Amino acid sequence: MADDIKMPVEGSHIMMFARSVGDENPIYHDEEYAKTTEVGHIIAPPTFPRAVAQFDPDYFLRWRPSQEWFGSGKNPTSISEKPKSSGGLHAEQHFEYHRQLKPGDQLTVTVKPGKTWEKESKRAGKLMFTETIQEYRDQNGELVITSRGVGVKTERPVDQS
Amino acid sequence: MALSASQLNAGDTHEEVVVDDLTRTQLVMYSGASGDYNPLHTDDLYCKEAAGYPGVFAHGMLSMGLTGKMLTNYVGDGRLKKYGVRFTNQVWPGDTLTAKATVVEVRDEDGDKVVELALETVNQDGKTVVTGSATARVDP
Repeated sequence: MADDIKMPVEGSHIMMFARSVGDENPIYHDEEYAKTTEVGHIIAPPTFPRAVAQFDPDYFLRWRPSQEWFGSGKNPTSISEKPKSSGGLHAEQHFEYHRQLKPGDQLTVTVKPGKTWEKESKRAGKLMFTETIQEYRDQNGELVITSRGVGVKTERPVDQS
Repeated sequence: MALSASQLNAGDTHEEVVVDDLTRTQLVMYSGASGDYNPLHTDDLYCKEAAGYPGVFAHGMLSMGLTGKMLTNYVGDGRLKKYGVRFTNQVWPGDTLTAKATVVEVRDEDGDKVVELALETVNQDGKTVVTGSATARVDP
């Protein structure tokens, strides 16, 4: 099982995240405004928990110096062997919110493997699904968010026709 | 403004255009904020010549984030109890997405009134890119 991940929740990260989904709601960046709302503080957009990727020291979809990376540089891909599959895609994502996140929270995220299954598809060949459960607990050990993601590896790129 | 159970009926809908002409820049912004730097979303050369795709396409989580914007605009801030989606088609630069929530039912849950919503996001060709569901606390 993977180690727990420490995820500090910071106001500037929430602001950047909200910008990236085009959400200009002031509750994601304006503390004075947030104080006047029902919640009473800055909160994070509902899909923010997945930004835990930033805090996973071994996250495989982040370029790092002195490590092989599969994106382009001089060549379309910088790894010598062609990848065996077209890579993973996200198939499903589910969140359950027990309370709203706020800047200053110190989360501990426990990653648990879920089910795996296979399916045949016309558009991408054999599909291999893997479920991952993530439990987000706060500085008091309270469960704040439960996340269930399903990733899929396709035998070939998804047919666009 | 929170929703009120007494004013909600099964079949009520709320929809918003959540992105108009999706840009590659937004994909880069989403990569930077989320930490998902998969070249499939930012690296056209890799997509075309190594991965076998016509070009970069959006993170599934960006489609979910865009759909979530419509959702929180509708139910109000801090009201979501559950939000889940399936990604049914890829989203490409240039796409315009419309996200829609439909009221399935209003019920009691843990002493609160909640609304159960069915979600669907479609692109400019009417193709469904996200389907999902959400549960949100509403006022009596």
